[in-house]
Order: sequence, then C-alpha cells, then structure tokens
Amino acid sequence: MTPAIKIQQVHKRFRAVQALSGIDLEVASGEFFGLLGPNGAGKTTLINILAGLTRADSGSVRVMGYDVIAQYRDSRRALGVVPQELVFDPFFSVRETLRIQSGYFGLKKNDAWIDEVMHHLDLTGKADANMRSLSGGMKRRVLVAQALVHKPPVIVLDEPTAGVDVELRQGLWEFVRGLNRDGHTIVLTTHYLDEAEALCARIAMLKQGRVVALDTTSNLVNRLDSLHLKLRTSGATLPPGLMARVRDSHDGVHTLRLRSFAEIEGVLAEVRQAGAKIEELELLQPDLEDVFLQIMNVERGGGKADECSASPPSPRVLANR
Amino acid sequence: MQCLPAFAARSCESMSGFGTLLYKELLRFWKVAFQTIAAPVLTTLLYLLIFSHVMQGQERVYGAVPYTTFLVPGLVMMAVLQNAFANSSSSLIQSKITGNVIFVLLPPLSYWDFFAAYVLASVVRGMVVGVGVLLVSLGFVDLPFEHPLWIIAFAVCGSGVLGTLGLIAGIWAEKFDQIAAFQSFVIMPLTFLSGVFYSIHSLPGFWQGLSRFNPFFYMIDGFRYGFFGASDINPALSLVIAAASLLALTAFTLALLRRGYKLRH
Repeated sequence: MTPAIKIQQVHKRFRAVQALSGIDLEVASGEFFGLLGPNGAGKTTLINILAGLTRADSGSVRVMGYDVIAQYRDSRRALGVVPQELVFDPFFSVRETLRIQSGYFGLKKNDAWIDEVMHHLDLTGKADANMRSLSGGMKRRVLVAQALVHKPPVIVLDEPTAGVDVELRQGLWEFVRGLNRDGHTIVLTTHYLDEAEALCARIAMLKQGRVVALDTTSNLVNRLDSLHLKLRTSGATLPPGLMARVRDSHDGVHTLRLRSFAEIEGVLAEVRQAGAKIEELELLQPDLEDVFLQIMNVERGGGKADECSASPPSPRVLANR
Repeated sequence: MQCLPAFAARSCESMSGFGTLLYKELLRFWKVAFQTIAAPVLTTLLYLLIFSHVMQGQERVYGAVPYTTFLVPGLVMMAVLQNAFANSSSSLIQSKITGNVIFVLLPPLSYWDFFAAYVLASVVRGMVVGVGVLLVSLGFVDLPFEHPLWIIAFAVCGSGVLGTLGLIAGIWAEKFDQIAAFQSFVIMPLTFLSGVFYSIHSLPGFWQGLSRFNPFFYMIDGFRYGFFGASDINPALSLVIAAASLLALTAFTLALLRRGYKLRH
C-alpha cells in the first residue's frame, strides 16, 4: 500500500542554519502521526516542504505516492494543511473564504461539503461574518475548514491548538479524531505532549533537523524503565540509602525513581526501618513528557543541568537513535 | 463550464483554479472600489483641471488639437497603467505580509494560473479606472475616437505590462516601503517622462532621444493615436514594442514563479 507520506534523505539549509539534515520518515495511510520537537527543530520546515511552500535542497518527498515537485498538482490535492500562523484574508466572509479555497482546487459545486464542514466546526452561525470580525479561536476553525474543503486524504496540522482555549481544543481534537476514524491520515505537530500522547499512535521526535526518536507512542513511553513513587512522610527523614533515587523533594513530599514495580516493597521497607511514617503514597507512570525531555537531554549531551528532568539517559534510547 | 471526462479533466480543473483566483482578485478590489476606483478617478480629474487651467492658451498639438483635449488620453492611460501596477503589487504584498499568500500557494495552481489571474485582474482594474476617467473627462472636453481598436489594444497591452511589473514587484518586495520605492523610483519617472503631459516633439533633442528608450512612451503615444489618428511614432511600431515588452516581462515573471523566487523558499 502506498504510504501517505514518504520522506527520504531530505536536507535543507537556510543560509547559515542547517534546518534539516537527512530526514527519513514514512507515514502509513490512515495513521495518526505526531511530529514533536523543540522550537527550531525543523518541524515547520518539514511540513512546508511537504506542502510545497519550501523546497528541499536534496532528497525526495512524496504525498500519497506523488512527488511534491514533479507531481505537485496531485500531491497538493492529496494534502490539507492547517498552518501554524493565524492567517486570514480580511476581504472575505467565512463562506467566501471557503468557496474560494474550494475553487482553487477545481471544485466548483462544493457547497454541500462546505456547509457540512462549517457545521462540524461550529462555524455555521458565522458563515457570512467577515473574517476580521472573528475571534482567534474562530479564525483557527476557519483555517481547519480551509484545509478540508477538498477532502484531502492526508491532513497536516501544525500546532493547531497554540493559543486556543481548552474547550475549543477539546472540540478540535474530537473533530480530528473523527477525521482519522473516517480514514484520513493525520500528521500533527504540537507543543502539548499530553495531547500528542492521547492522540498519536506513532511519534517522531525532531531535534536540530534530525529524527532522534521514531516509534509508537506506547513504545516510546515504555522505553523509560522508571516509575515515580511519590511519598509524603513524617517522623524521620528519608534513609541515606534512598537518596540516590530522589528525583524531587520538598515540603516532606519526595518523588523517588524506581526501575520496576518489584522495587516498591524494598523502598517502603527502608522508609519504615528509618522510622518514618508514610502519610501518602502515589505511583506515577512515566508519560511522553518524560520521554521527550529525556531524549532531548540525551541529545544535549546528557547533562543534568536541565532542572525539568533529572532522569538519566536510558541506554535503550541511546541505542535507538 | 461543463467538464469533459478523463483527458480533459485536468485542464478543466486548471481553468477553474485560475478562474477562482481571477474572481478572488477582482472581488478584492471591487470590495474596496471607493479606494481602488473612485479615488484614482478623482485624482486624475484633478490633474486634468489643474493642467488645463495652467496650460490654457498653450499652442495646439498636432496642428489642431487643443492642449486640454490632447491631455485627456495621456491622463487616461496614466491612470490605466498606475492602477494596473497598483493592483497586482498591492494584492501580492498584502498577502505576503499578512501570510495569507499560503492560501494560493497550497492549492494545485500552476505558474500560468497564478500569473494569468493576477495580471488579468490588473488589466481589468486598469480598464475600469481608465473608463471611469474617460467618462468623467468627456464632461469637460470633446474627444474624437478615430481608431477605437487601437485604443483597446494599447490599453490591454499597457495594463498587461504594468500588471506584470506589479507582480514582479510584489514577488520581490518583502515590505510595503519596497513597493512604494518601486513605484516612486521606477513607475512614476517612466510614466511622467513618457509624454503624458506633452508631445515629445516639444522636447529638446536629447530628451526626445531618451524618451525613445522608455517603453511607456510607446504605449501612451499609441493610445493617443487611437483618439486623434495622429502620433509621434507609427502606432504599429509602438504596438510591437509594447507587445514585446509584455512578452519579455511575462517570460521573466514565469521564470521567477517556476523557481519559486521569494514565494517558495
């Protein structure tokens, strides 16, 4: 089966900055794929190359099997892009904007679908309002609708929830999940790692123009062989033997790092032997944020300087680079 | 348009993408017609009133044409040219600065679609303003229309050249000031020194010679020929020069678009 997106050895340099250095990625048809990375990692550059807004210096990029340069018409027809910036054309109303966008794709009688998209995105009430008069959240929805007017099989959302309120965010994700269920391939970049974890089945992490991790979300999360045990104790301080495990400690609440569930018993016994009383106990599973910080930290040279993450680099992650 | 299946589908779709971009460009200036049509008509009318007052009693041009009458076609053509330039350049620079240019870069529009839609919309804008100026001027002067087809040919060619120049400026510029600079340092001198306000035969030899290197001169001179049946240069030659300018600029602009110059980095 033709992959929805196939990126091979893509390099891109902007003057002194090497934005992408040899990206290889393949997204299968129907996937919900996440593209994560800090600012400047090359996510938007990669998306722009996919959309034909930027040209790669070398390498090949295909959307639904169509080369984005040689077969740009077919590849662009297969792709819907929700840009990161909140852009709009101040001359037109919502309906005009969508009709015009639809016309660019050669679709003239598309009103039924435009109405449906507006309905799903709660835009019907604003159909004849000028774009200028819309709130930021509404403008964001119009951008999503614009990306969908031509029913593209592949939809790319570049940080679509940046600066969007919680309610719209939830609504938007529900909508995008529905599109994925209907068979659309979704590629998402986001800064909200909890969302990537909740939505994306597979994730690529980018750092300085390279893919530093690429795996299913569950595998990525499971890579961290640490659990966190949160304890509130009274009576005595933690025994010195446990100090190496302490990740965080304040106001009598200590977060300890464990390698596996099997270690819980031993840790609790040590605490009791030291004469401390356990007031509260919570077991935390690692999440994508931990993985992300760890991987980004490894890439930075494994320094513990970043106070957000004291997790040591895991050898398995290194092996997978 | 009814689409033929299979083989014609692509060209049909391309027509529609082009048609939509053209429609959008026309709608854009139409929605702000007060600024894009009424304002330039008024400005040109002021030129006419002031110049005709100042130059009253000036000797006749081409032997029999009063100065004010001579002036009108020049002013009409100037309005056509300036507005054709303003349309494509301001539309594109606004889209680039606000970022909404991606709406036309993401769809499967070809370089030709992109080029033709912007330039054609500029031609229409130039024509609409030109007709507006002409109609208002007819309230002040009696104007002959000796060869209407020449009038139309030069108006189309001239607005095409300026629409294309506007597109080049819009592609090249990154800020509004750069468009303004292009307008002040390229378009305005070429227009004002092209014989809008005078017949080049009234100029000293050196300036007459220099004017002949200005393609705008041929457009205005040929356009004027359509009204009076008299001109400084053979209108057929002028039309060839105007058309050649249009072709050269078209080739240049298409090459820019194909390369993605400043649009697709």
